[in-house]
Amino acid sequence: MFYRESGDFKTTYTEDSQTFPIKFDRIRYYAVLAVAFGVIPFFINDYWANAVFVPFLIYAIAAIGLNILVGYCGQVSLGTGGFMAVGAYAVYKLMTSFPEVSIVIHVLLAGGITACVGLLFGLPSLRIKGFYLAVATLAAQFFLVWLFNKVPWFYNYSASGQISAPERDIFGIILTGPNTSASAKYLFCALMLLALAWLARNLTRGAMGRRWMAIRDMDIAAEIIGVNPLGAKLSAFAVSSFFIGVSGALFFAVYLGAAEVGESFGIQKSFLVLFMVIIGGLGSIFGSLAGAAFLVLLPVFLKNVLVGMLGWPTDLAAHLELMIVGALIIIFLIAEPHGIAQLWRHTKEKLRLWPFPH
Amino acid sequence: MSDTFFYAAEVMLNGLMAGVMYSLVALGFVLIFKASGIFNYAQGVLALFAALTLVGLQEGQVPFSHVINAVFGTNLHHFGWTLPSVVAIALTALVMVGMAIVIERYVLKHLVNQEPIILFMATIGLAYFLEGLGDVMWGSDIKKLDVGLPQGISETIETVTYNLFGYGFFIDKLDIVAALVATALVITLTLFSQYTKYGRALRAVADDHQAALSVGISLRFIWVLVWSIAGFVALVAGIMWGSKSGVQFSLSLIALKALPVLMLGGFTSIPGAIVGGLIIGMGEKLFEFAIGPMIGGATENWFAYVLALIFLVFRPQGLFGEKIIERV
Repeated sequence: MFYRESGDFKTTYTEDSQTFPIKFDRIRYYAVLAVAFGVIPFFINDYWANAVFVPFLIYAIAAIGLNILVGYCGQVSLGTGGFMAVGAYAVYKLMTSFPEVSIVIHVLLAGGITACVGLLFGLPSLRIKGFYLAVATLAAQFFLVWLFNKVPWFYNYSASGQISAPERDIFGIILTGPNTSASAKYLFCALMLLALAWLARNLTRGAMGRRWMAIRDMDIAAEIIGVNPLGAKLSAFAVSSFFIGVSGALFFAVYLGAAEVGESFGIQKSFLVLFMVIIGGLGSIFGSLAGAAFLVLLPVFLKNVLVGMLGWPTDLAAHLELMIVGALIIIFLIAEPHGIAQLWRHTKEKLRLWPFPH
Repeated sequence: MSDTFFYAAEVMLNGLMAGVMYSLVALGFVLIFKASGIFNYAQGVLALFAALTLVGLQEGQVPFSHVINAVFGTNLHHFGWTLPSVVAIALTALVMVGMAIVIERYVLKHLVNQEPIILFMATIGLAYFLEGLGDVMWGSDIKKLDVGLPQGISETIETVTYNLFGYGFFIDKLDIVAALVATALVITLTLFSQYTKYGRALRAVADDHQAALSVGISLRFIWVLVWSIAGFVALVAGIMWGSKSGVQFSLSLIALKALPVLMLGGFTSIPGAIVGGLIIGMGEKLFEFAIGPMIGGATENWFAYVLALIFLVFRPQGLFGEKIIERV
């Protein structure tokens, strides 16, 4: 009834190519932003921030990054955990070496460093494709984790081999360290996500995104029509790694506070982010957010139901969770290979016709 | 000749033996990939699941006892009998066949004609599911698997080599058994695929799905067959790894180690899986021996992947793989 294009006339090209062409969508978008920045920060407490919102926001950044590489450019990567570790260790080294520089700049620089590392590991993608590439990115995962474990310079020669984030603030508001307030953590991550999601959306619908998609759909054909595969693939690796690096930096500095590389950034993390992208929907920014929300909420939900309500032992609940996640992935792939984003598209399609579907 | 040389030779031999273990897992991958084009990430978890089931059956554990206890407040854990190894192995093989049927019926059938990457993701989901299922069914504690395979250092080899070279080689008996089993397995599989009716059907499907369908080969049956064989290979790998280092979660991680093996040997070649496994096993042990101490050790975690990566840049289809031809 309200959800339709009719009557909403576009008179300029800018209006015609906007992200949300339907008025209802635009209003909803601003409403979400208003709630996210105007309501939640005032009511958030430590439990909600640490269990739900902050991990969701950080994983959403990582999922968008991986989605650029896998969903838009078609290059499968299993090295996400390793690249997040690069971001985390980069921000740690920057924070401890240049304490006077703002944390925001550190986080962005950490993303930049990760982008360089990503470029390096993206180079083989010019020769190898598909699964072979996926396995090659495993080399990045294992090598990077090993590197951060074995070279003491990266963790400033600390005895435990752990890295822990020192306290840093911006305009007097503490952003990292143990004394951070829940709303500061939340707002910092939310602003980062907003900025990066906006960037990703505009990159993917511009010339660069079209080049990526051309490479994804058929690389040889894309090459013939004049897309430079070197530039397209490497830029996808760089941009994707930048996002993942930023999320790794936030994950360590804001969310965890202290991290040990094998535990926090192991191969499991790579799979987790990949699942978010698959379940959410390949090649969709909204899908990345939805997938991240789903896989962050699911364990919390299951834990509350199984352990909290039924009183089952935690290890059993954890195993059941594995089963449920595995089954859900299979079910999603069978029922809807394009993920939650596709379900959302179908819903919108239906809404347009509602309440007179014929 | 110096002791260092012999020591290096011993490291190499042990590496070869470890390589046999990798090859065993890689074999299962190759079988499924050849017949259905599915890159089966779950192969390592299949091995874990097979080993868990074997131990559980052998010791007469009650399956799902944790869930039953949690729901009904009972305290079940064992039936109170133990099965002989042979019976337990046969039963486990049956379970693996049953699993192949279930997987085909509920997963693969619905994913026909999807892109390979979707199928790959589905097997990752399957891996998670099976891992959880194995833990829920049999509990997640580390179990000892003993089916009566010889264990420990082989004294014969030590004395013989000591008399010959003045340096006794330390080789695990179990590794020798594994090498023999792997050889037998490869010979059996080759004979099966060359000389039996189903083996021929299998090769036909591997060659061309549609052509195979048109001459009356049932794809669904072949898939069940292939997954059963892969389940059986996983069982063998599970027994070997389980006897060596106990049945535990890390068993499923060897699947990841089998990936570089495959990349080296080529996804479609059974001899490739064997040779690749040997190269990786030997390479990582030698690298750890020669270079490892200089750069902090524990290089085994990544050496295989980096080797495969460097290798692939020069020969993208692997050592024995079929040449990749792309058409527009």
